[in-house]
Amino acid sequence: MITEWIVTTSHTLLSTMFDILPIVAIFVFFQLFVLRQPVVNLEKKIIGTIYVLLGLSLFLVGLERALFPLGREMARQLTDPAFIERTGGNIDIFWLKYYWVYIFAFCIGFATTIAEPALMAVALKAKEVSGGAIGAMGLRVAVALGVALSLAVGTFRIVTGTPLYLYMVIGYIIVIVQTMRAPVMIIPLAYDSGGVTTSTVTVPLVAALGLGLASTVPGRSALLDGFGLIALASLFPMITVMGYAQISEWRAKRAIRTKE
Amino acid sequence: MHGGALALVRLIGSTAKDLAPIVVIIGFFQLVVLKQDIPNLIDITFGLLLVMVGLAIFVQGLEMALFPIGESLAHAFAKKGSLIWLMVFSFGLGFGTTVAEPALIAITGEAAQTMAQAGAINGDESARSEYATALRYTVAVAVGASIMLGVFRILKGWPIHWIIIAGYVLVVLLTTIAPPEIIGIAYDSGGVTTSTITVPLVTALGIGLASSIKGRNPMIDGFGLIAFASLSPIIFVLIFGIVVQS
Repeated sequence: MITEWIVTTSHTLLSTMFDILPIVAIFVFFQLFVLRQPVVNLEKKIIGTIYVLLGLSLFLVGLERALFPLGREMARQLTDPAFIERTGGNIDIFWLKYYWVYIFAFCIGFATTIAEPALMAVALKAKEVSGGAIGAMGLRVAVALGVALSLAVGTFRIVTGTPLYLYMVIGYIIVIVQTMRAPVMIIPLAYDSGGVTTSTVTVPLVAALGLGLASTVPGRSALLDGFGLIALASLFPMITVMGYAQISEWRAKRAIRTKE
Repeated sequence: MHGGALALVRLIGSTAKDLAPIVVIIGFFQLVVLKQDIPNLIDITFGLLLVMVGLAIFVQGLEMALFPIGESLAHAFAKKGSLIWLMVFSFGLGFGTTVAEPALIAITGEAAQTMAQAGAINGDESARSEYATALRYTVAVAVGASIMLGVFRILKGWPIHWIIIAGYVLVVLLTTIAPPEIIGIAYDSGGVTTSTITVPLVTALGIGLASSIKGRNPMIDGFGLIAFASLSPIIFVLIFGIVVQS
């Protein structure tokens, strides 16, 4: 068992190193040939980069060895027709039979987003740049709620077989309306939070859920209906982050009014 | 050094909090909803431990390397004042980090398979791999172009929402004429382009640029590069689908 762990870890470390090779090449090229300036704290930056590589690899190995197999198996079992019949057999409305799937999608979307390293990075920066006005945890919870909602809605979409573009267009309209009303400071950050949610933790589990669902629901094709969960997961956090800012602003205004 | 070790231990403790929701939810669904035991409990505990330690080391590396690298580059470019080199760099960063992205390789492979099954392209191996590669380069060019546009926006101080809204309108228009098989893939391709290492670097670059240019606010002008990088692949892949079909 130990050797298995070591093999997986070194394999992941190697592939992570390979992933950052293009980035390193670009940085070295520009540093040597274009900017031609000595790098401040070079040693610290190299050690930090090794930390990033090592940390990310351990993180991925842990997920791949411990959580993903269980999560994927769970997604398969929850979308299994036998399970649906057992828990929702006496429900008349077709899409409602799948209620455990929606609940699972919501919960797992929230939980994996809270643990997403890229989101932690952006939340740290947002806190620093806003001088603490945007709390790191508040932002992460707002984004996680967005992903949770998007997965619940996305699995509902797969079960009912409604076209993806409808949901995207409605989402776009909500984003545009909110953009006109939300505090200006939050808008670029809200737009960014759509893109950071779907990387290392969320995508593998979400793909299993979408594929499992699309291949077991009668009348759905895994290839045509299985896509789209990631798209919604990149859209909804914009709505919840702007919503979070709108609610905070509204509460602050109300607090001032009650004081007067 | 001792202080660093202590900070790391504290960091590991705080990552336990980040992982608690996953543990609770998986435990609840496994034991209560599916009514099954947790298999390989030792394996899972050890895995969780690795996840915690890994996350803590990663966050420390962020502060030591990725953030300062992104910021100092931004300052160096601002000092040098060469627009062309900054544009070349932005494109290279976007293109280079995307073209080898494993999630993108996976999704373009799936896309080629979908298109072959739908009869839109030839079903044999070489036609599929050619399609997947073309799609991958399309997305990488899209991300490169969007980082370039995003950096240019920071320099000019243009408001981000008009560009994003224009992008949405373009996506909706293209959706109406694109072949239906490509739409799901196109929408998803926006989400897979921004990896865990790219996001902190690009964010630090944007904030560094906005704070070293007079008259720019890092909160309003510094963020937004990731948003561009997630929207432009949708547009490029939809166009790709339309062009390949005709």
